[in-house]
Amino acid sequence: MREVLEGSMAVARTVARCRPGVVCAYPISPQTHIVEALSVMARTGELADCEYVNVESEFSAMSVSIGASAAGSRAYTATASQGLLYMAEAVYNAAGMGLPIVMTVANRAIGAPINIWNDHSDAMAMRDSGWLQLFAADNQEAADLHVIAFAAAEELGMPAMVCMDGFVLTHASDVVELATAEQIDAFLPPYRPTQALDIDHPTTIGTMAGPESFTETKYLQHLRFLDAAEVIEAWSDRFRQEFGREAGGLVARYHPDTLDRDREAPPADPEDLTVVAMGSVIGTLQAALAPLRADGVPVRLVGISAFRPFPERALRAALGGSRHVVVIDRALELGSGGVLTGCVGRALAGTRSRIHSVVAGLGGRPILEASLRDAVMRARAGGMRSLEFLDLKQGGVPVPRVGATEVAR
Amino acid sequence: MSTVHIPFLQTGSLAVGGRLLEDDDRSVQSHADRPSSLTKGHRACQGCAEALAARWVMDTAVEAAGGKLVVANATGCLEVFSTLYPESAWKPPWIHSLFANAAAVATGIAAALHAQGRDDVRVLAQGGDGGTVDIGLAAVSGMFERNDDVLYVCYDNQGYMNTGVQRSSATPASARTATTPAVGHQPGAPVGQGKSMPKIAMAHEIPYVATATAADLRDLEHKVRTAMSIHGARYLHVLVPCPVGWGSAASESISLSRAAVQSGIFPVIEARAGELTDVQPIRELADVEDYLRPQARFAHLFKPGGEVALERWRELARANIRRYHLMGERS
Repeated sequence: MREVLEGSMAVARTVARCRPGVVCAYPISPQTHIVEALSVMARTGELADCEYVNVESEFSAMSVSIGASAAGSRAYTATASQGLLYMAEAVYNAAGMGLPIVMTVANRAIGAPINIWNDHSDAMAMRDSGWLQLFAADNQEAADLHVIAFAAAEELGMPAMVCMDGFVLTHASDVVELATAEQIDAFLPPYRPTQALDIDHPTTIGTMAGPESFTETKYLQHLRFLDAAEVIEAWSDRFRQEFGREAGGLVARYHPDTLDRDREAPPADPEDLTVVAMGSVIGTLQAALAPLRADGVPVRLVGISAFRPFPERALRAALGGSRHVVVIDRALELGSGGVLTGCVGRALAGTRSRIHSVVAGLGGRPILEASLRDAVMRARAGGMRSLEFLDLKQGGVPVPRVGATEVAR
Repeated sequence: MSTVHIPFLQTGSLAVGGRLLEDDDRSVQSHADRPSSLTKGHRACQGCAEALAARWVMDTAVEAAGGKLVVANATGCLEVFSTLYPESAWKPPWIHSLFANAAAVATGIAAALHAQGRDDVRVLAQGGDGGTVDIGLAAVSGMFERNDDVLYVCYDNQGYMNTGVQRSSATPASARTATTPAVGHQPGAPVGQGKSMPKIAMAHEIPYVATATAADLRDLEHKVRTAMSIHGARYLHVLVPCPVGWGSAASESISLSRAAVQSGIFPVIEARAGELTDVQPIRELADVEDYLRPQARFAHLFKPGGEVALERWRELARANIRRYHLMGERS
């Protein structure tokens, strides 16, 4: 059934249909609508056989999820921004213990200065935590990704974040077609933990590993993370076959002319300029690049669906030796450039591609189609530096004169 | 030749074994088939009262739960000395996640078990004073406030012993630690009297709060059994002398526990729904010096300049005796 739903509601309903055993809630914008909706469903019975726990912090939200998952239940929570950082220690811990918790991250900037609007700084800060990180381009994909996330996470014994742009997606209403409970029941196997706190088979979970075994533990975690790419692809393929629509995968290809998502789209040509992006800005890019394509400008679009594990091989294949690559980055590696750009650069090391990093949309700054077109054209003409800030107000904000700070003594 | 008077105490709370008692009246520990939940081979220091108390607590809880007990453990001595990979000294299903989150992990386990319809499986969380009164306080308070079905046990050795004896907010005033050295004009811990977690727990009006020591096995077992007979949030606070951190002999952990109680320094109580319901009266009033002198962390109290701090200890003991009616009859 196609219906108009707010992104948060689409996610909440889909999560409920995945039948989590424990849902933890701690409010933080822009994630709150998701757990609010789940709290209603927990009371109406739409979310059955589930414990809904209101906790006192994000740190406890993740910790309760850890306990629940270790005790053999499917566990879910949602957070954003400062909340994700506040639970950071537990985020790493869940991954180290191999607990397949699924968490929505309603991507939001990190302060100071405090800012509740969208960018990707929060998820990027957790990029080495050992979680799968799946990015949604729109509300339909945000909802669908949760089904894939539970399936992949539980097969791998590894937690998964579904990242959706805060406000841009969470608070936007769009036409979606949600997977029904029956469809999900048929698609998603019941949670069978690889190890659990079981009184019939007592085990010790979370021991201390000394120098003689820590490296090997991390190496095994690394190998399993490499397996994750295949597992995500397999579940995404299965999802497409069952539901008849694209969601997830590693890298999203787009048709050269229509700019619609198209898994059959050929790799970019060396002469193409390819824009690489992640999240809701892909929709903006589809609109921004269409006139350029219509004018015959050889520009292509590639989306990153799985940021972790980072799909280096799939990205290289999609870029096909594209000479100019423009990466739209919504998180900043201070003093260096965009975070996504760094990953793309590593994937393209040794190739002839020239990479431009465009840092855009920090802290909710709208990313304008015209600005994106301008950036693309300048990059093609060779008039773009390797790092640019889109629509930066040069001189528009007061800047203290360097060296002129007076100190009262 | 001198003679030593040995009291014949095979009954009552001073008897550890109670082997002359009827089987049902014996302590859990006096049974040959006790669960030994924290089994041999762990790396606790000699004289560690935490290791002793944890085994006693766990065995009683396992027995009360009919063997169906799951344990969440905070980071700390108890975790480090018992679970260095690939070995584990724990028999029940046991999980360690982080320093500050044992209470929340336990909540998650309890929530999952309830959702699975497994309310017959009971949940116990445990940690030291650092993981409870300091870094873990928010999670413990949250678990209390939600009245989650968890028994939380704090083994209080009054400092961060695992990291090398630094001050925690359970460290009493004047105690020497690695971060409150016994130098300067106010040697030792400069402020406070040690945060009272039992009072904080009582303020949450949870179904059951109790304190105990490693000096009184039967009292400890009684309190664990009582706690296990109740569903909801429960808190047990056990004083556990630490020879390394306290600078006491390994052989003195039990006598120091007893001196803490008999001097009035550590009230042994029970409370239900925020109301004090039972207080263990002092048997034979001990001087606070019986508790303080054997501990090197208080050595400066008995040197010139230590009089003021020593007097504060006497005041604390008097205040406890007054507040908790420790010299009265058992109610």
